[in-house]
Order: sequence, then structure tokens, then C-alpha cells
Amino acid sequence: MKDKILLAHGSGGKLAHELVEKSFLKALANPFLAKLDDSAVFNLSGRLAFTTDSYVVSPIFFPGGDIGKLAVCGTVNDLAMSGAKPLYLSLSFIIEEGLPQSELNEIVDSVQKTAQEVGVEIVTGDTKVVHRGSADKLFINTAGVGIIPEGIDISGINARPGDKVILSGTIGDHGIAVLSQRESLSFSTQLKSDCAPLGGLVAEMLAASPNIHCLRDPTRGGLATTLNELAKQSKVSIRIEEEKIPVRDEVLGACEMLGFDPLYVANEGKLVAIVLPEDADKVLKAMQENYYGKDAAIIGEVRVEHPGRVVMKTCLGSSRIIDMLVGDLLPRIC
Amino acid sequence: MKFITEFRRSELAEGIISQIHRKSKTPARFMEFCGGHTVTIFRYGIRQVLPKTIDMVSGPGCPVCVTANADLDKAIALAQIPDVIITTFGDMLKVPGSHFSLQEVKADGADVRMVYSTMDALNLAERNPAKSVVFLGIGFETTAPTIAASILQAEEEGIRNYYVLSMHKLCPPVIRAILDSGEVKLHGLICPGHVSAIIGSHPWEFIARDYGIPCVVAGFEPTDVLQCVDMLVAQIENGESNVEIAYRRGVRPEGNQQALKCMEQVFEPCPAQWRGMGEVPDSGLKLRKEYQHFDAELAFDIDPGPTHEPRGCICGDILRGVKTPLDCTLFGKACTPEYPIGPCMVSSEGTCSAYYLYGEGFEG
Repeated sequence: MKDKILLAHGSGGKLAHELVEKSFLKALANPFLAKLDDSAVFNLSGRLAFTTDSYVVSPIFFPGGDIGKLAVCGTVNDLAMSGAKPLYLSLSFIIEEGLPQSELNEIVDSVQKTAQEVGVEIVTGDTKVVHRGSADKLFINTAGVGIIPEGIDISGINARPGDKVILSGTIGDHGIAVLSQRESLSFSTQLKSDCAPLGGLVAEMLAASPNIHCLRDPTRGGLATTLNELAKQSKVSIRIEEEKIPVRDEVLGACEMLGFDPLYVANEGKLVAIVLPEDADKVLKAMQENYYGKDAAIIGEVRVEHPGRVVMKTCLGSSRIIDMLVGDLLPRIC
Repeated sequence: MKFITEFRRSELAEGIISQIHRKSKTPARFMEFCGGHTVTIFRYGIRQVLPKTIDMVSGPGCPVCVTANADLDKAIALAQIPDVIITTFGDMLKVPGSHFSLQEVKADGADVRMVYSTMDALNLAERNPAKSVVFLGIGFETTAPTIAASILQAEEEGIRNYYVLSMHKLCPPVIRAILDSGEVKLHGLICPGHVSAIIGSHPWEFIARDYGIPCVVAGFEPTDVLQCVDMLVAQIENGESNVEIAYRRGVRPEGNQQALKCMEQVFEPCPAQWRGMGEVPDSGLKLRKEYQHFDAELAFDIDPGPTHEPRGCICGDILRGVKTPLDCTLFGKACTPEYPIGPCMVSSEGTCSAYYLYGEGFEG
């Protein structure tokens, strides 16, 4: 019983303070948190990017990551997709009573490790504990701010006909890895989630070409949904080639078994970049030199005709439309 | 051998495609019976790469689609009985019955759960002895043996709160019904791969023999389907009609004897209602007398009332291969995957869903 999180840990009283000191301050140590003030105070100048996301993944530990790593990567990646250098994050926990303290500690450590890798700091946070059944183990919300360097203009509306579409690596790894752990469905696979922070990769891409038009991470809804969003926002069509899209054999196999299309399966450490044709090779090279972009490939291009559509050339040489995801393929994967 | 990538190689596909173009002289219409094949054909744009001589039509091989509204209404009525847990494969949740879908009664408080196997349903029954767990038995010869196995296990373990609503369908009898109706003129049949893995290739022989129609059992990768088309074309050009297998890695002529035995032990053929085709003799499966205590229809007093079909929906005609989704006034307008009216738009193996998702006829 001793090592479980109790309702009292979220009460704001003694146990709550103990939890903050022992679990959070120790692991996440930095001068902002150490002050224990109601808000973090810092100076920033330049164009700010600000984002937030909530994480409800089940199970909270999965091959290749956990909800803590995911919560940092997700928000860092959202900042990076606007070209921002991620700087500060908030971290809020909603804990179901009974969560083992050891699991919470493990997740906080994972938050710290990931934050350290990216070079962001957790500067403010909150903890609530709810009755059993009111949450499932642990939900996390993170928000983050970053600064966009001068001369960078990245947006989903910027894709232009002729631009090349680059994908940073294999698709579907996260969705299938999480799914393989579900109680009702567990199947054995060596596959790991691709959950990763992409701030460093984006910085290197921008160093190669500051003129990148669009960046987006294909999370829920997968690559297909992301490409559709970009085509619609920019009022262009995107034509991709099936054989250029990297997919692991394990993902293909699991998708066959479960009746999924890897194009719709979630990723947590991949990005799609739309770049000027003359910049494509140097951006690709910069990506391939980074660990998180080593399997990057040019998968297609932007076109004028059929605005808002994504069309794929299949391995047989025929074409088909790639639509957005309808309904929920897999609930609670992030 | 890699079981997926090997069968999606463009060089391999190109070879078969040009072979088909060389061989095919006689105009011919082929039906793919199975919804899984429909998906492969649309997903890989196979119709686009075939010569003009070959016309492809989709058949009734989508279990969710062919489930009659009367049966759906029974399932929905069962879901509304207190202390009943309905377990089902995913696609069934969204199919509109006469009045509601399972998804709607679930949102209203009914206990409806999606499972991935019958054994999950059986485990649920074991863990909830105070509840009755009903499994919605839909599917063809492919799923029927696993449902039979769950009944045999329930019998052995004395689990008495597990029931099956048997809406199973058998494939060969319905193909006979389609051919006898004479509505569609077929010159070749792409026989279902997974169904044949269970029943073997022998049960298709009557089609080749009595109707003179070539039959080839196919797998589900694009080159599997292309190879099957190539073999059908060869038979036509040679004036033959035989049953062949283009899916040797999955299907033996004699089928899976153990699965068949299990299915026959628990079930016996009965007449069944098919959407679009009405009652087809010996095309359904009901529980044998010894296992009737697992029959949800007998165990619960359900009266779903009269059924009605959605106005304007032509799913029935599409399932018989008489019309295509492009003939439907609702298709892509009132009826979409987000707001489906007919089952062929709901099921991932449905013809309307395949047309819609993969944009058949789209010149990209």
C-alpha cells in the first residue's frame, strides 16, 4: 500500500508537498522549479511559438517509450513543426489513485531524460489525483514555448506546385507498437515505438535550407491524414509513390493481420517536410545524417491539379486517392 | 520468403500484367466474390492496369454487408436486454439497422464490446458470471470454425452464460443462387482465399462443371489477384473451365479438415436471409440440437418488430453485382463513411467503401 499514490497526494497538503519535493523537484531540478512560485518567470525575445497537448496513451509503458517521453516529444515536436527552437515546457499530471509511486517516478525520470536530450526545461507543473475509475492510471498535459529564428516561415499553407515531399523515416511504428501491448490483442513483436524528439532534426534541416515551406508530424491519423491536411490548407494536390514510402516488415505484417493501412497508423517521431525542389537534396542529406532522419526519403511532390487531393501511385503503376482517416482506427494511442 | 513485400513487387506485377495483356482476346466479366479481394483490387488500382477486354464486378463476399436487417435488428434488440453484454467484431457496431445501430444503443447505455476473437468473448463470460455474454456470429466459413471452437470450449468448461447469435453464411450456395438468377453474366470467378483455406477448392467444382465458368482461388496481395486473373484468362482463351488455386501458400484442395470437423460438430446448414438476395436455401448455419443451449435466439425472448430498409439504398443490387456504387444516388453525397446509410459503405470490405476511399474512376 505504501508506494501507491493516494487522493491525499493531490490535496495540496503535506503529502502533496512531499510528492513534489521527492518525485518532481529531485528529478526535474532547475532554478525555475526550485523557487516553488505559482508561475515560472523568464525573459524571451523574438517570435514565440506556443502549443499544448494532452496524453492519454494506454498502456502508459510501451516498447520504445512511455507516457512521459511521449508528453515531452509530442509538445517539443509541435513546436519544432513551426520551425521554433523549443525552450520551456509545463507538465501537469492527472493521476488515478492507486498508481504505484515507482511507476510515477519512472515516468518523471523519462520526462527528464527526454527534456535533457532536447535541451528544454520543465518550468512549471501541477498534480491532481482523482478517484479510481475517473482516469486510467495517468494522464499528462504539457504546454510549451519556443522561439522561431528570423527568416523562418513554416506553415501548412505554404506548399507550392513543384515542391518535393520528404518523409523522415518508416511509418506506423508507434501505433503498432502500442497496439501490440493491448490486453485484448497482445501479439508478439520486436517492434518499438518511434517516439522521439525532433527539435534537433528540424534545426539541422533549417540550417540546410531556411526556406522549408511546411513541416508536420504525422501522429494520429498517420501520414495519409497529414498529407491531406497540407493539401487542403495549401489548396494543392500531393502525389506520392507507394514504393518510396519506408515501412518496416513488422508493421506491414501486423497491418495485414489487423486490417489496417500503414498510411493511417500513428507515428510519434516522424515528420513530413515540403521543400523547394532545388532544396530537396540538401534537406534530405541533412536529415539522413541525423539519427532520427536516417531513413528519410523523397516520397512525392506537390501539384496543381485536383487541389485538396492526395493521390498515390501504387506499386502496380495505377493511381488511387488517399483520403483522410475516417473514425478512430485505434483509440488512445497518444 | 517474405509473405507481403514479395507479393507487392512492381517488377513481378509488371510481368504478370503484360502477360495478361498478351493473352486476353475474348471479352470476359470476372466476379471477385470476396470483400477482401475488392479491397485489394481498389487499393492497388488493379482495374486500371487490366486490358479493356476484362470487366470486373464485385460480389457479395462481405459478411457485414450481407447481414440482413432482420438479423441486425435481433442483435440490437438483444443489446437492449439488461445484463446482456454484446460482443462483436468492430465493423458491426456502425451498421444501421431498421431503427438504430449497435453504436447508438451503446451510447444509450447498452453494454456492447468490440472483441478481436471469440475467445475474448468467452473470457468475458467467465469473468462476468452474473451477466449473459452474446457473441454476434457473423462471417463465412472462415470465422464459423472459431466460433464453433468457442462453443465447444464453453461446453467443456461448463460456461453457461455464453451465447451465440448465429448469422453465419456459406459461400458456395449463394454463388449458385447468383448464377441461377441469371442477372449477371459471368465468365470467371475469383474464389475467396480465406474461405477456401477452410473449405478447400473442391466445393467450387460445381461452378466449373455445371455452369462452365472457370474458377481460381486467389490470395490477397496484388500479385495474387493478378496471377488469378492471368489464370482465368488462360482458361477462357483455351476454352476450359476448371477449378485452380493461385494461392498455394494458403489453400489446399481438401481444405482444413480439423476446422471443418469442428464446424460440422456444432453447426448444421439452414436457410439464411441475405441482404439483396432474400432467403437462400442451405446458406446459413444454425446450432445443432446438442448445442442449442448456446443459441441466443432461443435463450432470449426478442421481438425486434418489422424491419425496414433505408430509402434509396441499392446495397442489395450492388451485392448481387447488378449495379455499382456509381449507380446509387446516395453514394458519396448522403452516404459516406462518416455517415453511412447502407452497410456496403460501413464495412471496410464493402464495395461502396472501397469505391469511396480509393476513388475508383479517379484519373490522377
